[in-house]
Amino acid sequence: MSPADKGHIQPLARNLRQFPELHPPLDSNAALAEANRCLFCFDAPCTAACPTHIDVPRFIKKISTGNLRGSALTILDANILGLSCSRVCPVAVLCEGACVLHRYNQKPIEIGRLQRFAMDRFYEDGAPAGFAAVVSPRTGRVACIGGGPASLACAAELRRQGHRVTIFDNRPLPGGLNTYGVAEYKLRPADSLREVEFVRSLGVEFQHAEVGTLVPIEQLENEYDLIFIGIGLGAMWKLGIPGEDLPGVIDALRFIERYKTAEDFTVNGRVVVIGGGNTAIDAANAARRLGAREVHLVYRRTERQMPAFSFEYHHSKVEGVRFHWLAQPVEIVAADGRVAGVKFIETRLAGSDSGGRPEVIPVAGSYFELPCDLVIPALGQSRFLGSLCESRGIRLNGRSIAVDRPTGETSNPRYYAGGDCVNGGREVVDAVADGRRAALAMTLRMEPKPEAVHG
Amino acid sequence: MADLNTVFAGAIRTPNPFWLASGPPTNSGEQVMRAFDAGWGGAVWKTIGEPIVNTSSRYSSVDWNGQRMMGLNNIELISDRPIEVNLREIAEVKKRYPRHAVIASLMVESTREAWHDIVKRTEDAGADGLELNFGCPHGMSERGMGAAVGQVPEYSCMITEWVKEVARTPVLVKLTPNVTDIRAVARAARRGGADGLSAINTINSITGIDLDTFTPRPNVGGSSAHGGYCGPAVKPIALHLVQQIASDPEVGLPISGIGGIAGWREAAEFILLGATTLQVCTAAMHYGYRIVEDMADGLSHWMDGKGFRSIADFRGLSLTRITEWKHLNLNYQIVARINRETCIGCDLCYVACWDGAHQCIHLDGEGAKGALPAAMEAASRARISTTPIATLDASRALDGRTPPERIPRVDEAECVGCNLCWLVCPVEGCITMAEVGAGRPSQSWDERTAAGG
Repeated sequence: MSPADKGHIQPLARNLRQFPELHPPLDSNAALAEANRCLFCFDAPCTAACPTHIDVPRFIKKISTGNLRGSALTILDANILGLSCSRVCPVAVLCEGACVLHRYNQKPIEIGRLQRFAMDRFYEDGAPAGFAAVVSPRTGRVACIGGGPASLACAAELRRQGHRVTIFDNRPLPGGLNTYGVAEYKLRPADSLREVEFVRSLGVEFQHAEVGTLVPIEQLENEYDLIFIGIGLGAMWKLGIPGEDLPGVIDALRFIERYKTAEDFTVNGRVVVIGGGNTAIDAANAARRLGAREVHLVYRRTERQMPAFSFEYHHSKVEGVRFHWLAQPVEIVAADGRVAGVKFIETRLAGSDSGGRPEVIPVAGSYFELPCDLVIPALGQSRFLGSLCESRGIRLNGRSIAVDRPTGETSNPRYYAGGDCVNGGREVVDAVADGRRAALAMTLRMEPKPEAVHG
Repeated sequence: MADLNTVFAGAIRTPNPFWLASGPPTNSGEQVMRAFDAGWGGAVWKTIGEPIVNTSSRYSSVDWNGQRMMGLNNIELISDRPIEVNLREIAEVKKRYPRHAVIASLMVESTREAWHDIVKRTEDAGADGLELNFGCPHGMSERGMGAAVGQVPEYSCMITEWVKEVARTPVLVKLTPNVTDIRAVARAARRGGADGLSAINTINSITGIDLDTFTPRPNVGGSSAHGGYCGPAVKPIALHLVQQIASDPEVGLPISGIGGIAGWREAAEFILLGATTLQVCTAAMHYGYRIVEDMADGLSHWMDGKGFRSIADFRGLSLTRITEWKHLNLNYQIVARINRETCIGCDLCYVACWDGAHQCIHLDGEGAKGALPAAMEAASRARISTTPIATLDASRALDGRTPPERIPRVDEAECVGCNLCWLVCPVEGCITMAEVGAGRPSQSWDERTAAGG
């Protein structure tokens, strides 16, 4: 029996200890008090800001009336991954960022924690069992490639619409980055898998198999009416410098996956993280909590250009991560066959490059070395779409799959796509929105055509 | 500095108008003395009569919007302590606190002898006044006392007469609101010779039902009984009833106002509608005797600000401003104005006006999505939103200003000036109701019909 079949894994004792929850749950009284602060705005900006358009004031009002099941169903109706989104969403730039109370010198409503309160109760009560899965039985059959948030949301909505769905995932545990890639103090694999089990309980089938190798794409096309691509992004970019393959170099995603799932994973000494995104921050914070004496994060631009959310950056400073600006690595230095340090060259910024960010120019001769025991490159994920798109005539937009945004339909009408492989790498909630939109569009596509009226 | 000294019915003198109402906070001498230490000017002793036996439990409340005890309900009866113990403690309190007032609330069986006896003994103990409890709406009324008396003007008049036959101190009659017209009982008390009125007693109530056990609250072994409702929730009802008796020329008695008074603001309101003293119970039960400090302090500061030197300076000042509807000026016209600078874009006024008022507030400014509420919500739901990433979506950074399309517009030509938008607006001073068409001659409904209009 594979771990996926068991449907859950036990949280690692070390992670429970080292990664207590960043935003602990609200108790009933606190949730009630917070819910009562909500103004219940009309056409609320928080709802508009949420990519899945959860009816926020409605679910909060239901908390304040004690209708917790109704609250959870309101959330799930828009976002089947309401549990994980309540924990991993960058609410400060989404719903809570849009809260009108900001403009009245008041703290925004803690929407994320209220959503979590409603979802926790829903799962604790064993309520998923009674969740009405199928709105009306239909006959469509859809394959979802990839087992991350986009596919989960797509598959769940298709099931609710009455279609038959199979998710093909090449990882031992489904859930994609929700299971393997989220900072442990936000979401544990066990919670991600709880949500996967909920989706499974709706009647979605899961197959642990890689499409294109174990399962030929032609087979999917023969067996399914439509195919949804939710494969996310590829491996992280390589640094492209000497020494990159030495023991003691591990990219941020692999690092996060290892500490989240491996019992015997330890970090010692000095760690250097290279990159300025949210994943770099997650890795740096984790390294601190796992026992690193010092963690240095080096970014080739400055804090103003960092792609990480500013609240993540500020949190990381509190965690004790040291930040270094305007330097890029040129070589990983070895001693005794493993990492001993990173050699950097200082940079300066000039003008702005095509993305609106200034160009990075190495300053000749300004080398310095940072001795360390572990190097974690975090340069973002490559967009490895393999031969799938090429062989199926699916057009790309840059390195992402080009789709019709309202429907997720690709240039090959049998294929829909959503999530990171379309949007280049945003949040879980964006993937859920993409997946659900595609499911609704596919449902329309698969409706039987009205018969021609003979006059 | 304002002078809060108050004289009630010409004879009951207290250092301020704040009295504890008859109830659990005035159950014993020890409590009353602590209350006087905290600053209360007077205390109406928990009703004295033949001792009763109480139930467990006794109270239940209504919480609202996260606040505890917006309204409180009780099924507790009168004092459960022997009459002589209560009277001995009254004597002790009066000896130690001669400048404070102790008013004894009384309730005995409806015979002349019983009332004569209790009045004499209470006054001998040193009480400054008597309050006849004709209002207790639960339990005692089943035994022919309390509200059973107060709901029948003839009984109220008769017992008041009995009391007045022997009383040497002022006699207050405490009125029940559980009648069709409170003025009928107030007039009866006057006919019986009462020197003052206390209003109101608690309102018949069932506060709620446990939705798991189906037992109403408070639960007494799986059953409940109706109780008496009090606390902040009843203030508007109490204010109206106080105004009714204060404005009635056939009553003409000083009033001790009761009902939802928790602070100096409510106190000022009751006085403006004619009350001479104020009685408080629920707020003291909720927070303790200490609340009186701000009642006195806040009232003095407010009086100083208004130039009132004594309570008498503003007593009843608002009574002349309450008339019958038919005398209101139909030509007075106000409209809502929304301050675009302070509007936070919650759009509660918009939906309130569309669904609950006169459809004259619109969201049709720059970037508007539609005219009707449902269309607007549908447009928002259909929009594709993504998580903004600072370095990729710099233009979408929030600047802290309300988007113009969320700031509503009032169609002043259609606005009837109902106040609803102003009432629902969460932002202080954002919506104002401005007078328009000033200068038009005043005309009431009465005048309009008389003019054949």
